[in-house]
Amino acid sequence: MTKRQQRMAAIGALVVGLGLAATLGFTAIRKNMMYFYTPSDVAAQAPSADATIRLGGLVVAGSVRRGEGLRVAFTVADCESEVPVHYEGILPDLFREGQGIVATGRVGTDGVFTAQEVLAKHDEEYMPPELAEKLTDENGKHSCAEFKRVVQS
Amino acid sequence: MDANFWHMSGYAAYVWGSFGVAALVFVWAGLAPRRRRRELLDSIRGSAEDV
Amino acid sequence: MWTWFHRLASPPHFYRLAERWLPWVGVAAAGLLAWGWIGGLVFAPPDYQQKDAFRIIYVHVPTAAASLSLYTMMAVAGAVALIWRMKLAECVLVATAPVGAGMTVVALITGMLWGKPMWGTYWVWDARLTSELVLLFLYLGVIGLQQAFEDARAAARACALLAIVGVVNVPIVKYSVEWWNSLHQTSTILKLGKPTITADMAVPLYAALAGTFLLCAYAILRRVQNELLWRERRTGWVAELL
Repeated sequence: MTKRQQRMAAIGALVVGLGLAATLGFTAIRKNMMYFYTPSDVAAQAPSADATIRLGGLVVAGSVRRGEGLRVAFTVADCESEVPVHYEGILPDLFREGQGIVATGRVGTDGVFTAQEVLAKHDEEYMPPELAEKLTDENGKHSCAEFKRVVQS
Repeated sequence: MDANFWHMSGYAAYVWGSFGVAALVFVWAGLAPRRRRRELLDSIRGSAEDV
Repeated sequence: MWTWFHRLASPPHFYRLAERWLPWVGVAAAGLLAWGWIGGLVFAPPDYQQKDAFRIIYVHVPTAAASLSLYTMMAVAGAVALIWRMKLAECVLVATAPVGAGMTVVALITGMLWGKPMWGTYWVWDARLTSELVLLFLYLGVIGLQQAFEDARAAARACALLAIVGVVNVPIVKYSVEWWNSLHQTSTILKLGKPTITADMAVPLYAALAGTFLLCAYAILRRVQNELLWRERRTGWVAELL
């Protein structure tokens, strides 16, 4: 091998090795890289009552009930399970029925998720209002594809 | 331009802030190497005359 | 083919080639950016959900795309510099780092300014945002490493190694939103199949993308020229130029 081929092989080996190490490493800590759990995850494996977790899913249409002041109750679902959520505070502008959200909080013994913070998660679709009106169906137009399950049941 | 345009449906600070930051960095990206080039040419010319 | 390659890599030849191309690249960049920005700010309709806040896409997506592409280019230049010991590749490597860092900064700041009104927060430590921040640190690392060395060639070699090691972060940034649950939405335009954005919104976005990449090309070509001038300041072709 010439000097140049040696360097080529060394750099190739470096990149392949690093890629392999990164793949193995990230596979091992895949759960920790997940920003939130889905309602199905919570259903499959209820987190302990004192653990703060993030819950991500779609706000079920017709489930939002406003209480006194900034109190609000709604249900978050993916395509399989649902979790009731209680929250008191300011909601992001994009919060609405059918919208994806990520809430930080705890699951109580009664199965109700009490949120301290609610963030909106929007999808990657952009369109003018007139077109959106035409496309909207009763189920809302969000898909569940962007909610990946952490716990495999 | 009407007021609605500058208002950006209430998101004026975020929209104009974003475009402002981008404009600043883009102008820097385009102009900084031109200024550096003038400095370089001056200094190379200067050292050439010293010899 | 190889003679063409060697000619391109010769400093005076590349310098003159860049000189010839630069005005065109600059004019095209300015024109496309003006088209993209005015089209995006004035003529594109507001989004059905995000209203006018969605217009941040016209600066956020092009700079984020550039931050990833430039890093990949920098790593390729680093590999060429290490394997073939090509001087021009070293210059491209050190010229790309500050431009890429600038694009990453804009992508991060515009992302924060977009996140606050839409998501409800400037920043979260999810996979996409964190890996993009790591990308900025990699760029800054390359810039810092280059300045830590006296000898330009030794500096370039060290930078090349760091650039190549850091390239594993590029697919992580790109695919983070697909591999992991993330607050960030998945890609709108850089995906197979139909883009999920209507044409009247997408056309200015493509113009802004092309304009941003051309601006980066302009800035990098100029920086490569500067680097060549400085390294070859004692050679005949530079003296001839003055």
